[in-house]
Amino acid sequence: MRSDDTGLLAREPGETSYLTEGTTLRSWLLSTDHKRIAILYAISITGFFFIGGAAATMIRLELFTPQGDFTTADEYNRLFTLHGVIMVWFFLVPSIPATLGNFLLPLMVGAKDVAFPRLNLMSWYLYIIAGIFTLTALLLGGVDTGWTFYTPLSTLYSNSYVLLAAFGIFVVGFSSIATGINFIATVHLLRTKGMTWMRLPLFAWAMYATSLVMVLATPVLAMAMLLICAERLFGLPIFDPRAGGDPVLFQHIFWFYSHPAVYIMILPAMGVVSEIIACEARRRVFGYQFMVYAMLVIAVIGFLVWGHHMFVAGQSPFASMIFSFLSFVIAVPSAIKVFNWTGTLYRGSIRFSAPMLYALGFVGLFTLGGLTGLFLASIPVDVHLSDTYFVVAHFHYIMVGGAVSAFFGGLHFWWPKITGRMYSESFARFAAITLFFGFNFTFFPQFILGYLGMPRRYHEYPPEFQVWNVMSSTGAVVLAIGYLMPLGYFAYSLLNGKRASDNPWEATGLEWTTNSPPPKHNFLEPPVVLTEPYAYHDWDEAPGGADETTQDEPA
Amino acid sequence: MLPEASTLAPAVDRIFWGLVGLSVVIMGVVGGLVLTFAIKYRRGTKAYRGPLPDIMSREVEIGWTVATLFVALFIFWWAAAAQLPHFLLPKKALEIHVVAKQWMWKVQHPEGVREIDALHVPVGVPVKLEMTSQDVIHSFGVPAFRIKQDVLPGRYTSTWFEAKEVGDYHLFCTEYCGTDHARMTGTITVMEPEAYARWLAEQPHGEDLAGEGAQLFTALGCSACHGAQARVPAPSLANLYGSQVVLADGSRVTADEDYLRESIERPEAKVTAGYPSTMPSYQGIASEEQVVALVAYIKSQDGKRSQAR
Repeated sequence: MRSDDTGLLAREPGETSYLTEGTTLRSWLLSTDHKRIAILYAISITGFFFIGGAAATMIRLELFTPQGDFTTADEYNRLFTLHGVIMVWFFLVPSIPATLGNFLLPLMVGAKDVAFPRLNLMSWYLYIIAGIFTLTALLLGGVDTGWTFYTPLSTLYSNSYVLLAAFGIFVVGFSSIATGINFIATVHLLRTKGMTWMRLPLFAWAMYATSLVMVLATPVLAMAMLLICAERLFGLPIFDPRAGGDPVLFQHIFWFYSHPAVYIMILPAMGVVSEIIACEARRRVFGYQFMVYAMLVIAVIGFLVWGHHMFVAGQSPFASMIFSFLSFVIAVPSAIKVFNWTGTLYRGSIRFSAPMLYALGFVGLFTLGGLTGLFLASIPVDVHLSDTYFVVAHFHYIMVGGAVSAFFGGLHFWWPKITGRMYSESFARFAAITLFFGFNFTFFPQFILGYLGMPRRYHEYPPEFQVWNVMSSTGAVVLAIGYLMPLGYFAYSLLNGKRASDNPWEATGLEWTTNSPPPKHNFLEPPVVLTEPYAYHDWDEAPGGADETTQDEPA
Repeated sequence: MLPEASTLAPAVDRIFWGLVGLSVVIMGVVGGLVLTFAIKYRRGTKAYRGPLPDIMSREVEIGWTVATLFVALFIFWWAAAAQLPHFLLPKKALEIHVVAKQWMWKVQHPEGVREIDALHVPVGVPVKLEMTSQDVIHSFGVPAFRIKQDVLPGRYTSTWFEAKEVGDYHLFCTEYCGTDHARMTGTITVMEPEAYARWLAEQPHGEDLAGEGAQLFTALGCSACHGAQARVPAPSLANLYGSQVVLADGSRVTADEDYLRESIERPEAKVTAGYPSTMPSYQGIASEEQVVALVAYIKSQDGKRSQAR
């Protein structure tokens, strides 16, 4: 079958890759190869991304007019719940770690596979089982509690399929824990000769920091979901105030996971962007060590800021003060990272490839998302803005403008390595620019709506808010086009794309030293690392010092 | 633009616009640098691309880390200091009781006037809201006043405002509460004090809250044990509100609204030292509004206030 001359499987005679080792369905579904599991994950999260996106489309359609004319109140509530649940747990959390992370981490540290390949496969099956539970809840009629499942609404009042969805989320948590354990063990145990901690690419560091958060925070989500099930099924009075329970307790447990979960989504994005910017600017990442420490500090302090979601929930003013203080502190390492990316461009030789456009877009959108986080960390301003569209805009800047842009950037950057094919660079650049403008067009008006006081989760709203909602909905059309375009040119690339060389971007990093696509065991010989990461500077090789001429490679 | 209709609003807006200014500066600096570098160092230009100057290393990193930390702490201090006065509820305020339920706001004025999805208040008078929910969590948000407070079942929460401009303002439920969350809205009408007095007089008056509570006190049978003539051993309720109560386990609690409410609904939770735990629960017997009235009655049973009556 290897001489098959069309499509993905076509290779030079005699050359094999992970894609050609077995072509049956069974060889994919029972594979323990981290690269194949990454592909399985990539296909599944793409499916969920478009389900969640369809819900978002209907939400924006409904909000086009102030009346609730497109959906009923109940349908609308189910739509935004579905959008949140699917996008957070079935797309954003696994997006970069389970696909790019799974594929690249072993390659980057020079290993044959992750530390526990079978656990890795199990994590995908858990993800699928969880997805089936959640989709069943959806097909039966949906859930109307919001993705936050606040009690006592979710436990005592909702008549929707809360149990199924909560159980699905309980299960999907174990798939992230499995991934996290795998990554931690892989980084600790499987680094190849010469790959010291301070030579790890920042993407590997990002995976490591993310995994720590996954392993430590996700069990608390499992608790929250189990307690909801226990109260709904058996009437165990945990959150029911009439039986002495405390409904606010749920918010503490929930945000103790869900705030760190934001860092599960954004740390991997930071890793991706660091790789792309360094390569496309031909510069070592500015302040490499500070970048590493910043990620670790974010991962740790991320556990201590959950109370900033509860400034108006009736928690003590002293607690609010402390949570506000810590939320300002965590802004510092995030800002450091932005400064360092900017510094990396200095004296670079910048190529505006599609991945680089995504990465630069990320820097802008993440910075704005981070700055608006300062508004929400300030108690008096948060009181005014909490549960308004300002919050919606803020977290979409971080999670969509930030994490999803970086995911797309990473997908383009490593696409030649993963598939062995090139994509249309001009289409990809066009999509990146469309996404950037579509995104701002959709979400910037929501900051204004939020300041004016429009509450979230309203399917009807006073007419004075309409003009901003129309802008936002129009922008969403542009955004949707931006998200659909890659489906087209990536599909074309798979079928007819030009062969990719092993290192089309002339990037550093072990993943670029092996074939595109890599062979089953990643490297023919175990690689040995002799240089610092991001050795992009030509004067590093010539000890004579700085060379004033520029060295430009034809792209 | 959004009106600044309360005394709190200008302080919130000052911080908000201050942060907008800071964001514009930072976006300008970061965006400007990225753009400048992107143009100057795009591939193919003749710009110098050698090693970084020595100064661009640890010192720069430490410098901007410390500077960012300083800015962050300054904003924290600025915002927190502005919030401190709002944490303290005003001593002399018009006290309004709010009961939220899916999907309406029920409001009671101290004189006994009731409103639904509407609240009339006088301008220039501090108004304190004592709020509780009959079912799920709701939130009382008035953008024009820059206030918002979650309303919880089984507990009282409070917030306050002093309106400074006459007009009608939106009241939104700002915690998702189920099907008709988007319709759980209302209007806050701020009136001149004379107009407010006239409006109050025109409304159908029930008994005032404490008076209503006094009737319930007999009707629900509370007086059989807690009344002045009762022979059953039960703690006296005179002068109870605001006092320290010693419990059976030796600990002390302050008898605030939450304590009174809990003792009506779940009397076994905090038993007063020296009395048997025999009181039945009134949960489901007294409605949320009746509990509010009972608490108002107990609050009125202190020496000073009852003399004034």
